[in-house]
Amino acid sequence: MRKVDLAIVGAGPAGLAAAIEGAKRGCSTLVLDMNPLPGGQLVKQIHKFFGSQEHRAGTRGIEIAAQLLHQAETEEVEVMLGAEVYAIHDRTLEVAWAFTGDSSASSSGGGATPPSRHLAIAARRIILATGGAENALNFPGWTLPGVMGAGAAQTMSNVWRVLPGERILMVGAGNVGLIVSYQLLQAGAEVVAVIEAAPRIGGYGVHAAKIRRAGVPILTSHTVVRAEGRTQVEKAVIARVDSSWQPVPGSERELDVDTICIAVGLRPNARLASLAGCCLHYSPRLGGWVPIHNSRMETTIPGIYVAGDLSGVEEASTALEEGRLAGICAASSLGKSNPGDDERIAAIEERLISLRSGPFCQPRQDAKQELIEIGEVQCCKE
Amino acid sequence: MMDDDTIVCRCEEVTVGQIRQAIREGAADVTGVKRRTRAGMGLCQGRTCEKIVMRILAQELGKPLSEFAPATVRPPVQPITFGLLAEGTDG
Repeated sequence: MRKVDLAIVGAGPAGLAAAIEGAKRGCSTLVLDMNPLPGGQLVKQIHKFFGSQEHRAGTRGIEIAAQLLHQAETEEVEVMLGAEVYAIHDRTLEVAWAFTGDSSASSSGGGATPPSRHLAIAARRIILATGGAENALNFPGWTLPGVMGAGAAQTMSNVWRVLPGERILMVGAGNVGLIVSYQLLQAGAEVVAVIEAAPRIGGYGVHAAKIRRAGVPILTSHTVVRAEGRTQVEKAVIARVDSSWQPVPGSERELDVDTICIAVGLRPNARLASLAGCCLHYSPRLGGWVPIHNSRMETTIPGIYVAGDLSGVEEASTALEEGRLAGICAASSLGKSNPGDDERIAAIEERLISLRSGPFCQPRQDAKQELIEIGEVQCCKE
Repeated sequence: MMDDDTIVCRCEEVTVGQIRQAIREGAADVTGVKRRTRAGMGLCQGRTCEKIVMRILAQELGKPLSEFAPATVRPPVQPITFGLLAEGTDG
């Protein structure tokens, strides 16, 4: 049994940020990630981030991932890739470890699954940063090859350089749907239409404007009725919806597409947290069932912390801040602090408030506040 | 209104109609649907369909989504081989 001070599940922005802070305070720190590449969703973010300098505006997500990884290495964080945490009990993680950590081995592997080794890791503190999972949408024909999550299409195109299809229908005009549409255009696909069931575009205007300028129609109050095809998607039927979300008879239209991307939101990937015994709370604004946590990011199970999309679906910038907060607080609970940590925590909380302000984000701020208030009552006190 | 023939759980090929039937027979939560239909018991363990099952439950029983919690999570939460389990508990 391997023993560490701090084990972190997930090497995305939240997990890496948490690891850096933990290691800076003298914790032996191990990050586990099931993927062959570290960085979580950042490795697919080929676009530049916007916002403040503090949150690396103007930097591409993939570069942010590289910076975080470099910093983690400097602080002597161990990052174990291809490591699937399949169980958690007390403060022990059961891991199936499939890769050597040498990324050349995994990228040349094709479809073959390397044999896994079993590892057990006992950690004094655990930070879960398992991210979000894409929501599915079921309609007749949705099991045909060619129907996929927008995130899956983005991974294929941006990480593995495989174009998922040539003629795309994007379902959902939130930021994911808009950004992935633009990136698929850049990769050489034709985006036939972006449809959105709500009467308004959900994502930022700046992203919507980019794809409109490229000539892609964005049809609000529209849904996908069915997919047709023999062995794969050959056609999509879409229709207008009324105010109660029902398709309007006679408004059906056929689109000649080979790929249907589903971008209808994400939810916290709370399985491991749930298995650990963490109490969940239902919050539609945060993506559904989310682990209850207090202002120190600690869950209802003492010693287990959460950060990033797992603690409410938001953005990479908030995930970074929550990760830092979880890392500092987990280390502090082991008696490992740096001078000035109280001020650092206050500054992080201030930045989180500013990131969650404005008409677009205020509902999330309110939902997060509600979750933390529940956490302050239900989670253990120091 | 979802068509009865539409698949919900693609791993176990469970349809909307089968889930509605299970609810009529008394399934009142995700676990109840799972036990009666196997929805969520395949390779992905409900990762894809669980939220759709919750939505059907809410619609059929006329209750808000917040009343339907995810099914009990049990290890392994990722698909692993029996060979790996046989390696024992100390790696």
